[in-house]
Amino acid sequence: MNVRLRLAGRRHLFEAKADWRSGTMTLEGRTAPIDEWEWEAPDVGALYGVALNDRWEWEGMAEAMTAPPYEQPPKGPVLYMKPANTINAHRRPVVLPPGVQRLRAAPAIGLVIGRTAARVRREQALDFVFGYTIINDLSIPHEQRYRPAIKEQARDGFTPVGPWIVPKEETVPLSSLMARVYVNGQLVQCADLRRFRHPPEQWLAEVTEFMTLYPGDVLFFSWPADAPLVAAGDVVRIEMDGIGVLENRIIAEEGGGGA
Amino acid sequence: MKRARVAWNGTVTDAVPLDDGRLLLPDGTVAAESDVIWLPPVEPRTIVALGLNYADHAGELSFAAPKEPLLFFKGKNTLIGHRGRTVRPDGVNVMHYECELAVVVGRPARRVKAERAYDYICGYTIANDYAVRDYLENYYRPNFRVKNRDRTTPLGPWIVSHEEVGDPMALRLRTYVNGTVVQEGDTGDMIFSIPHLLEYITEFMTLAPGDLILTGTPKGAVNVQPGDEVVTEIERIGRLVNYIE
Repeated sequence: MNVRLRLAGRRHLFEAKADWRSGTMTLEGRTAPIDEWEWEAPDVGALYGVALNDRWEWEGMAEAMTAPPYEQPPKGPVLYMKPANTINAHRRPVVLPPGVQRLRAAPAIGLVIGRTAARVRREQALDFVFGYTIINDLSIPHEQRYRPAIKEQARDGFTPVGPWIVPKEETVPLSSLMARVYVNGQLVQCADLRRFRHPPEQWLAEVTEFMTLYPGDVLFFSWPADAPLVAAGDVVRIEMDGIGVLENRIIAEEGGGGA
Repeated sequence: MKRARVAWNGTVTDAVPLDDGRLLLPDGTVAAESDVIWLPPVEPRTIVALGLNYADHAGELSFAAPKEPLLFFKGKNTLIGHRGRTVRPDGVNVMHYECELAVVVGRPARRVKAERAYDYICGYTIANDYAVRDYLENYYRPNFRVKNRDRTTPLGPWIVSHEEVGDPMALRLRTYVNGTVVQEGDTGDMIFSIPHLLEYITEFMTLAPGDLILTGTPKGAVNVQPGDEVVTEIERIGRLVNYIE
């Protein structure tokens, strides 16, 4: 399959032939395992997450949803943003904030917008999607959903993206994608799109009803309910058949105690 | 110094507003205001907004003043320039303006101490951070359907440099609807001051040049209707005009 990518130290975008099964890539006439290149996050704009789309997560919270402070289940989409400072690349370290021992590493499928999407209809939603990428939606574990979880979600480097963007025509249908998460080589989570309360196409329609998504923007969908907690030294690897592999090591901040 | 961004003669350019209302373009051309379309004066990648940062506004919404800044993010889809039009969705009951001092970050800012905060700020502009309260839900509140709608955050008309503004913590804010004053406040009444906010935010995330902090709004939220002219004004910065449709 042909994928779009960026490499560390190179200013331009690349298109390369990749084989997610063998983990190899052919670029500038050379075929090699993808880890022989140094990666930069693909070219993405704003990153919007759709929360509470994981049915398991929803069920776990169902009782709380009818009590204060929530009072009732959400009617509209519950969205959050991972800002530009959070973007991280394949095989780049994720730094634990001072005083934090564990992060939740939720695998997510990212839909990369191909053309400006405003008020799209569900049936045509995928026409506005260029392709897919893998996202590791890291956060400091938190239960409260009443206020935006900015301090828990928006830390530098908390959103590894990549390793590349796969054009949707180059791979399997969206509905058949699934994620496997390994921590230090051990399989800890398996999830597929059947666990989503609503398919991405429906969210694209609901979200673009009031906010425009631009080319490069990413709407992503995670499976947080059984996502692993990870600590310094752990290597998190998210595999999605038909897309590829996104791997990052969690490290403690140098100096340990922060500024 | 003031700096605007405008569409003029088929291109987008920086412009310096002159005292007579005309605009000086970088190549020396002087353009009439009628020949330009005002754009948001900056293109941020990250917009951090504050909820409930004035005690009187928190009281008006029946909230206790927060102990920590209440932050949320906004997308660039929300921004619109001076004299733009903002849609009031059909069938809603309450949509209100929020006049806010917008801080423009000037340097990469990470773990900035409050004492040094102004070294990292290049200037200020005005934001009118509309909210459609009908859509409020108690999940990641204020949720995106309230605060992240297309073209609901007029920004401008220009950026005024920190040097020209002087102390940003002593500026009068006013909002006029159809010429009548409906909101008045003073940036000195912020619960969390600008230096404190920059320290708080950059303690956990890095801001980039051009990023924005919208610092919250004082008391005086009033419903607006299609056809209204809404002017948000901040002393030493200017007047930002928006029309509701």
